[in-house]
Amino acid sequence: MLEAVVFYILAAALLGFGLLVITRTNPIASALSMVGAFGALAALYALLQATLIAIIQILVYAGGIMVLVIFVIMLLNLHEEDLKPMKARAGTVLLSLLAVFGLVLGPVFLAVFPKGNWKWAALTNDFGSIFTVGEKVFSDYLFPFEMLSLLLLAAIVGALVLSKRKL
Amino acid sequence: MDNHLFTLINIAAMTVVMWLTPLQFIPFFIWLERKGSAIIQDRIGPNRAEILGFRLFGMIHNFADVIKLLMKENITPSHANKFYYLLAPFWSMTVSLLPLLVIPLAAPINLGEHTLHFQAANYGVGILYVLSITSMGVFGVILAGWASNNKFSLLGGLRSSAQMISYELSMGLAIVGLLMVYQGVKVDGIVETQGRLLSFAGHNLPLPNWGIFLQPLGFFIFLVASFAETNRNPFDLAEGESELVAGYHIEYSSVKFALFFMAEYSNMVVASFLISTLFLGGYQVPFFSTEALVQNPQVSLLLLCLLGIIGGGLFGYLVYQKGDQQKGLYTGMKRREPFILATLGFGIALLAIAVLILSFIVSFPPWAPAFLAAAVQMLCLLTKVLFFCWLFVWVRWTMPRFRYDQLMNLGWKLMLPLALLNLLVTGVVLLIQKQ
Repeated sequence: MLEAVVFYILAAALLGFGLLVITRTNPIASALSMVGAFGALAALYALLQATLIAIIQILVYAGGIMVLVIFVIMLLNLHEEDLKPMKARAGTVLLSLLAVFGLVLGPVFLAVFPKGNWKWAALTNDFGSIFTVGEKVFSDYLFPFEMLSLLLLAAIVGALVLSKRKL
Repeated sequence: MDNHLFTLINIAAMTVVMWLTPLQFIPFFIWLERKGSAIIQDRIGPNRAEILGFRLFGMIHNFADVIKLLMKENITPSHANKFYYLLAPFWSMTVSLLPLLVIPLAAPINLGEHTLHFQAANYGVGILYVLSITSMGVFGVILAGWASNNKFSLLGGLRSSAQMISYELSMGLAIVGLLMVYQGVKVDGIVETQGRLLSFAGHNLPLPNWGIFLQPLGFFIFLVASFAETNRNPFDLAEGESELVAGYHIEYSSVKFALFFMAEYSNMVVASFLISTLFLGGYQVPFFSTEALVQNPQVSLLLLCLLGIIGGGLFGYLVYQKGDQQKGLYTGMKRREPFILATLGFGIALLAIAVLILSFIVSFPPWAPAFLAAAVQMLCLLTKVLFFCWLFVWVRWTMPRFRYDQLMNLGWKLMLPLALLNLLVTGVVLLIQKQ
């Protein structure tokens, strides 16, 4: 009961912040609403017992990536005419909503909720803890994990090469 | 009482305590800063503000500060982005008060069916919670700099937030080394492990199992990074008075400025608590484990009474001596104040002696040992925290400031590689030890 109440409050906050992100004309306001949305999302993760993911959501996305985004927005030197509100036609909105639900969310729902009986497994006590996640990452998923770090390294080197004329 | 209800009340009470703790530390810290700078520069320091002749060594100046800040005109610049401009100081203050929730003040007490915890929140993610909250603190600085709509405050905000982001990395990596050594992220577990003796190759060394001995490099990196995170000298470029006007809070006045000011000090209090908890054993009294303290209540009482006797006696003696020297300078209450305070100090010492004597006659009630141990542990943590508060003041008034490029070079080219090296060495040593 309490869990449901908390869930709906958090979900409403998440949707509200998400709407603010796309309706504000001021980019900083959008970015800060996104921080709020990440906060609500992290709380939702925590509600699902995935505490590590919740903390990482705040630490990496809200505390790291969004700070960089705000940095970039501040240094972009935006002019007044860049910040004019965009006009959206009802048809465009409807079409994009249909596209998102039909092409992205629809298949996900179909994959997650297969026909027939759905088995609810009880969570183990250490579900989502730093130990379980760490064990999985460094044993079963070691190769993708290392590939991801290589990808990030390549991105860093690429950014350096692009930004520095003389190496 | 229902076990659930007991836990709920316990957590609620501890949350209020941990929320009020940094707030109580702030005026003391400001006083320490003023008096400490005066001692270091061979001045007298604040000594004028008084209430009925009581000056309390300049402590009364804090009241004068509060009145001054409240009376100032609360200006909101017309060109500022109002909502975000007002949000920034509240954000800074809120974020600076939150991390203390996971710090344990003493070992939990077993009351039969209930367990009394001295930690507000014992999250499974432990110390990562502190990192994630402190990473949110940057937004206060960025927002203040940007929303003021002023070139100078934007510059101040940018350089100070760049500094905070850069040093957050080394700070996090320094903590990772510690987590590897203690094999866990929960703060209470880390503190509990630090209560043992340091063991090396199967032998117990006469040193406590503290982070500072296991991770000396990690401790150093964490200490330096926390100086940078709190925007303190030698890294106080956020408000380098000689170069920038006043950094990101140039457009803030009155209570809004006071919030930034308090947030800065409360950040330092939090940093002191974190360093003491992670690297100096937290509430653990060196060489006296929790069990030893609970089993030997005489020892805890002796420690408490010795502190009362030595502290009270020394305080009383010093104040009496000073009052005697300055007898001719003042009249009335100002003249009597040191003698009254000296009497208070001697009184505490006498009381401690009386309690000590009484403890030989009267036997301890069954609940006393655990609570005595908790009191000793809290005082021990307080001592460590006060030392680091003093360290912050000490460093500020004896070190010159870094230049901005030096700061960035130090952060990225020295601290970060050192932190990575620390991780590597820690991992190798742990692997060797396992085999």
